[in-house]
Amino acid sequence: MSVETGAALPRAREIHGPAAYGGGWRRFWHLTWLIAVTDYRLTYFGSVLGYLWALMRPLLLFGVLYVVFSKFLRFGDTIQYYRDLLLINIVLYTFFSEATGNAVRSVVNRESLVRKMHFPRMVIPLSVVVTSMLNLAANLVAVLVFILIDGVKPRWTWLLIPVVLLLLVAFTAGIAMILSALYVSYRDVQPIWAVFTQLIFYGTPILYVIDTVPSQLQKVLMANPLAALLEQTRKWLIDSGAPGFVQAAGGFPWWLIPVVILVFVCTFGLWLFNHEAPRIAERL
Amino acid sequence: MAELAPPGPVGAGATSGRTVPKRRYAAIEVRDLEKTFRIPRQQVNTFKERALHPFRRARYEELNVLRGITFDVLEGEFFGIVGRNGSGKSTLLKCLAGIYRSDAGSIRVAGRISPFIELGVGFNPDLTARENVVINAVMMGLTPREARARFDQVLEFAELQDFVDLKLKNYSSGMQVRLAFAVMVQSGAEILLIDEVLAVGDAAFQQRCFDEFLRLRDEGRTIVLVTHDMTIVDRFCHRAMLITGGEIETIGAPGQVGARYLERNFEAMSQRSETTQESSVAGASAEIAEIWVENDAGMRVETVPHGQPLHLHARIDVHGRVQEPIVDIWVDDENGARVFATSTRPWPEAPPAEAGQSLHVRVDLDNRLAGGRYHIGCSLLSGSATLAVVALVNRHKPFVVYGSSHVFGLVAIDHELHVDRESSA
Ligand SMILES: Nc1ncnc2c1ncn2[C@@H]1O[C@H](COP(=O)(O)OP(=O)(O)OP(=O)(O)O)[C@@H](O)[C@H]1O
Ligand SMILES: [Mg+2]
Repeated sequence: MSVETGAALPRAREIHGPAAYGGGWRRFWHLTWLIAVTDYRLTYFGSVLGYLWALMRPLLLFGVLYVVFSKFLRFGDTIQYYRDLLLINIVLYTFFSEATGNAVRSVVNRESLVRKMHFPRMVIPLSVVVTSMLNLAANLVAVLVFILIDGVKPRWTWLLIPVVLLLLVAFTAGIAMILSALYVSYRDVQPIWAVFTQLIFYGTPILYVIDTVPSQLQKVLMANPLAALLEQTRKWLIDSGAPGFVQAAGGFPWWLIPVVILVFVCTFGLWLFNHEAPRIAERL
Repeated sequence: MAELAPPGPVGAGATSGRTVPKRRYAAIEVRDLEKTFRIPRQQVNTFKERALHPFRRARYEELNVLRGITFDVLEGEFFGIVGRNGSGKSTLLKCLAGIYRSDAGSIRVAGRISPFIELGVGFNPDLTARENVVINAVMMGLTPREARARFDQVLEFAELQDFVDLKLKNYSSGMQVRLAFAVMVQSGAEILLIDEVLAVGDAAFQQRCFDEFLRLRDEGRTIVLVTHDMTIVDRFCHRAMLITGGEIETIGAPGQVGARYLERNFEAMSQRSETTQESSVAGASAEIAEIWVENDAGMRVETVPHGQPLHLHARIDVHGRVQEPIVDIWVDDENGARVFATSTRPWPEAPPAEAGQSLHVRVDLDNRLAGGRYHIGCSLLSGSATLAVVALVNRHKPFVVYGSSHVFGLVAIDHELHVDRESSA
């Protein structure tokens, strides 16, 4: 049986099924922010120590590493402001590993939401990244206080740090999207990524600086966008005499490698997630 | 609210006494919708397996769940969807809600949709009711500020004010459903998609839901309701649709669709337990050859509607002479309780049944049985000296009665109910 319908349906819109984004950017942003903030509160204010604990985690790691590498192994004697460098590196790395590590299972963890509501799917991994950003922001305040007390002189290049942070967030978000999309079909992504983050920890100049590495190895290490970002932070924030990522990578055209990788990770992450999004609900 | 066209026939569902929506445009328009799930036959769900079998092409089994679904739901209409388990109702609703992507066809929707899919709207068990409600409302398209403004109404509707800051995982399942239902109703969306809401609510909440259904219907909201409860379809729906095996079987008046649904249901049920013959007396001089149920049109049936004439038949083949034959025929319910029995016992001077004869027994009755499964049985006794069983078929031939939603108890006897009031003042 058919029902005659009016000439034009008022306000009618086509339903295309789920997508990575869509439904208006305001809603997208509202949702991401709302979920991120509730998650942040849930993790850090659910416990007694709350915000303190959020600060303590990287600081504890810093304390241990500092004592071991600086006092016992005499690692940083030749490096200017070694402890400040170590602190900022650990804070940035913690952001990266926490955000990507939590993102892996994020979509699967939100199964009930994904299977019952229509909303842009990309909100989920992005909100995980935003949660870690809130954490990062809190930690950076502590870092700033620490390095000022330690005697690092403020310079105009500090104003460029947000650029580095922005790129770091983009890189992290790209990886978060790849991991969360893959985890829906491949459940061993989680242990594999856990091993990877360990490798990245040692393969990135966090405990050491790039100029102490043999120059052939430097080029290899600097292909990692994370290494490039940390080296640039070092130059702009702590030590103006540091090589910075262009020089550390070996000049043109070598410095293009981390840039290309970063751009690739971000676009591939977007593409992959976008490609998988319509079917995520039924594969869970 | 919208332009009012002169009231006209709105589909076959324009049942009398029910206000039919007068607006004529479709709130939901579905055309040739198709949905196929691909189920991997050899599941590769780890990278390890992928690495071990890098060239194994994933082979898929295609499960065609919805085919050629075309229908309209008018604005302001209360539309029921019924069908057996696994027929694709929830899948259809998820396609409408934009949770699954359809493989072919189009869906057009006029207005904001608020879904309630399979007992819930997707809560996070670690968050409190407050946080869950706000997030869900934002998902449905409200701004966070609007969502917070409506929060109190939601809680009030769900009657859960005392549990605002309790984590959802500490809610009982009925409380979660109440909250979910409240969110859906209070979100202010024009179109509500509801999949089996009443299953776990308590009686008071169910009543609230009914009241709310009526209110929403009168408000002119468009409601698509999936349910297995035909009384709800009968009571609330303007029209209903029956889905069988992923295809639309009928769309029409709720009563008609409901009856068809029950028929489908019980057909499958009686086929499952075809003819459980219990006993026939061995070496007897007669045999119950056949026993069956006929409807008024003289067709052999296994499902019969309540309230219609019903005919029980049996054929008894006699192999040897039977003195003073007595025929009993009866109806047992599922638990073996005898609901009805009749006999030829006062059959004075019945001539003996001779070898080679065939007795055809027929009982005509008005079907006053309540919905459910029944068996008919029959026996031939010889009453000469002592009563001796010659042939017997017990619990033979199951059949199913459907469509008697208002019968409580085993049977519905014709009656009139009066309540007289006397005031003692
Ligand atoms: N994500 C999925 N992947 C594969 N098959 C699915 C998926 N979801 C549903 N199906 C299949 O689709 C068919 C229809 O399921 P659906 O949930 O729509 O049934 P239903 O009509 O809602 O049944 P019920 O009355 O039990 O709720 C079933 O055979 C089911 O196995
Ligand atoms: Mg269902």
